[in-house]
Amino acid sequence: MKDLSKNTLCRLISGIKKKDFSSEEITKSFINNSQKAKKLNTFITTNFDKALEDAKNFDKKKNFEGLLSGIPIAVKDLFCTKDVKTTAGSKMLSNFVPTYESTVTSNLWKEGAFLLGKLNCDEFAMGSSNETSFFGNVYNPYGDNLIPGGSSGGSASALAASLTPATIGTDTGGSIRQPASFTGTVGLKPTYGRCSRWGIVAFASSLDQAGPMTQNVEDCALLLEAMSGYDPKDSTSAKIKVDHYSKNLNEKIKGLKVGIPKEYRVDNMPDEIDALWKRGVEFLKDAGAIIKDITLPHTKYALPSYYIVAPAEASSNLARYDGVKYGHRSKGNNLIEMYENTRSEGFGDEVKRRILIGTYVLSSGYYDAYYIKAQKVRQLIKNDFDEAFKNVDAVLTPSTPSAAFKAGDKKDDPISMYLNDVFTVPVNLAGLPAISVPAGYDKNKLPLGLQLIGKAFDEQTILNLSLAIEKRAGFKKEINNWWKS
Amino acid sequence: MSEKKFDYFIQGEKNNWEVIIGLEVHAQISSQSKLFSSSSTKFGAEPNTQVSLVDSAFPGMLPVINQYCIEQSIKTGLGLKAKINHYSVFDRKNYFYADLPQGYQISQYKNPIVGEGEVFLDMPYGIKKIRIERLHLEQDAGKSIHDLDPDNTYVDLNRSGIALMEIVSKPDLRSPEEVSVYVKKLRSIMKYLGTCDGNMQEGSLRADVNVSVRKIGDKKFGTRCEIKNVNSIKFMQLAIQYEAKRQIEILEENKKIDQETRLYDTKKNETRSMRSKEDAHDYRYFPDPDLLPLNLNKDLIEKIRKDLPELPDQKKDRFIKDYSLSSYEANVLVSEKEISDYFEEVVKTSDKKLATNWIIGDLFASLNEKNIQISDSLVTAKKMAQLVNSITSGIISGRTAKEVFEIMKESGDDPNKIIESKGLQQQSNPKELEKIITKVIESNKDKVEQFKTGKDKLFGFFVGQTMKLSGGKANPQLVNDILKKKLK
Repeated sequence: MKDLSKNTLCRLISGIKKKDFSSEEITKSFINNSQKAKKLNTFITTNFDKALEDAKNFDKKKNFEGLLSGIPIAVKDLFCTKDVKTTAGSKMLSNFVPTYESTVTSNLWKEGAFLLGKLNCDEFAMGSSNETSFFGNVYNPYGDNLIPGGSSGGSASALAASLTPATIGTDTGGSIRQPASFTGTVGLKPTYGRCSRWGIVAFASSLDQAGPMTQNVEDCALLLEAMSGYDPKDSTSAKIKVDHYSKNLNEKIKGLKVGIPKEYRVDNMPDEIDALWKRGVEFLKDAGAIIKDITLPHTKYALPSYYIVAPAEASSNLARYDGVKYGHRSKGNNLIEMYENTRSEGFGDEVKRRILIGTYVLSSGYYDAYYIKAQKVRQLIKNDFDEAFKNVDAVLTPSTPSAAFKAGDKKDDPISMYLNDVFTVPVNLAGLPAISVPAGYDKNKLPLGLQLIGKAFDEQTILNLSLAIEKRAGFKKEINNWWKS
Repeated sequence: MSEKKFDYFIQGEKNNWEVIIGLEVHAQISSQSKLFSSSSTKFGAEPNTQVSLVDSAFPGMLPVINQYCIEQSIKTGLGLKAKINHYSVFDRKNYFYADLPQGYQISQYKNPIVGEGEVFLDMPYGIKKIRIERLHLEQDAGKSIHDLDPDNTYVDLNRSGIALMEIVSKPDLRSPEEVSVYVKKLRSIMKYLGTCDGNMQEGSLRADVNVSVRKIGDKKFGTRCEIKNVNSIKFMQLAIQYEAKRQIEILEENKKIDQETRLYDTKKNETRSMRSKEDAHDYRYFPDPDLLPLNLNKDLIEKIRKDLPELPDQKKDRFIKDYSLSSYEANVLVSEKEISDYFEEVVKTSDKKLATNWIIGDLFASLNEKNIQISDSLVTAKKMAQLVNSITSGIISGRTAKEVFEIMKESGDDPNKIIESKGLQQQSNPKELEKIITKVIESNKDKVEQFKTGKDKLFGFFVGQTMKLSGGKANPQLVNDILKKKLK
């Protein structure tokens, strides 16, 4: 059988249209790969039989109206999928089967794609290494015992290992961009409100945003276009027209101004990250962009603010998992005991840690000092970006302060784990779009990404800039298939 | 008329005490669907049949505000002469309970949709103003049912997510009677506006009652207790009486009142501690990130203001002016919109003075007797007008009318039909009456002599005899006139 799994999303779409291969052949390729990649532990639930059926049905009718006609796609297990188990990586929802489909996945299916399976992630999307999932660690195809980043770690790993042609994740503080950077893939967090949050298991409502994770920038533009749009069921979704990102994608970025924020040069940042950043600057200059030094003075307060706002919202969002209506329920002699046992057993340590932090910062007597102050800082961070965007069209930074690390390395040190998100978190606080594009390797041959941050609802500009970097970086996937069985 | 003076004080062993009361009234908004979902709000459905994925807080579900409920609360705010806030925020009130699916209630905390307003009470000692502190929107919880099974609690989420307005008064109320008048007035205003049906049996109107006491003359308020979720005016009054006495007893023993939340036990007529201040929930309020702040457009508020119906206070003034009613009569007639509508319908075609008496007198008595609403009365406004007209046109006497009304209220029959079929018409033909009177005079010549010599009291005797002879149908006015002439 011909292995079609190394093709990009766009190539697969045009190939089906040109009858180079069938949807069934594509689907089989990815299923075949997935079956040999159990060591990566990317899938929580596979939907292979149904996917094959969907592929065959597609091949019979060959309807090419959608942007993603005939394409199987595996998605992060945070998106509710009708009649397919949705766990959020938690014991709490380990047997939960929604009767409804999230808006974002519905959008994909409307464009002709179908579900290949549900991908592992950190429990309730809380984590930066995919070590908090009830279903076990996800591993990075770039190295044995290497983590893929998180929380969309299963998505990033599956994509890098060619187990799905593209995928979608969610990003609350970097959960798309950091794993994309760690796996040599492209990941974009859209502007807050660009994609509907309806039907996505909530972590922190004011920060959560779904986004595409793809092999290259062209695929990213297409998938973003397919999944975005206003949704009356989400009050925070934006009534702004979705651009034709893929049609408008070009690297004619001559004259665009790109800012380099000095505050992103953090302590103990490896030299190679700095070097990568400089290379990024050169690529953009080469493509005709104008580079400007800018300042985002409140950057250093972003991480502490994030770790107040996100847990605060999470502590409330996760209150619904109480054993009463659905999901895990433990026994207890009375209601309170049932709650305590259910939540003690149903949630893992990282989730409990954040619920405790969140409950604490919202408590009376602490609310003003923590939550209110964090909200003020959040506004200042947003103001920083507003100010910067008066002079530049986008901002270039590294995606992460390091490359992927070994499982267990930071698991018992939450602070150093949280530092992973230092470059990605400010973007979520400001509600802006940002993309991580692979731009090189570190000395251990691990991928590194560059982040481009755009103005609100200007995903097109960062896609175009990323395309310019992608063309010049010449990043090649170098995976030794250690996991294959 | 001398006005009565306010005199609700409670005499303790040592002092006279004043009772201070503030109310948090929870009024269910009249709307087809819930505050943040499209589920039906209809009362009395099978358990858990009006529950959406949002109401039961499934993963990934999001609230979307029901615009109609917003307009209903603006309307209510305007009816309370209150400030409508152009900017308001929905907050989450976090606590765990089996009938609270989200683990939080969406409410409004720091920035409510409606600010300060006022309500006027017509008390025997004059008009009393009660200040409103705020009105905010919130969702109702579900219902826990503990007595269906010895080991399990059942939860019905039909109520979960229904829109409530919480109307918070300042501590301006001073007696159970004022509380009663206040709640009735609020209910009346909301029913006029169509924003709450005010049905206390169905739980559309409940209140948390804050009670404290202070010695007469003291300026400072005492420590208050909050009595949760009282669902009838009578129980509110009883609870206040009990709670005030309890507090007075404690204070007269020189002990302190614990600020606490209490429950009113309707069977034992007592309040019991639910939780102390120390055990009070920390609700961890914070703005709901799933909902944007509410920015109200000035035009919308003005449009609602323009379309506001006539409210009880305005209607009362108009009734006094247009129908020359007393303040008491007007007050009774505007207390419920249905009553005022009934009244206006009746007086459109009949004598206003007589109609007023009939409505406030016999009709109200019949409603009380049957314990029904005016809209359920078999005596419709049209029939009431006919009855009044049959009196003013002399077809029947007032006394006969009472007889006719007794039949009407049971059968709903047309008064004219009753008069016809029972032959109750008055004898108003002067010639016929003269014949009868002549007979009476001729057969009582001795009495006529006595009358002419000054025994005036005998006039009544002649009237009585005439009525008797006419079978009670003689028109009394005409009988008087003719007798006076004949006996000269």
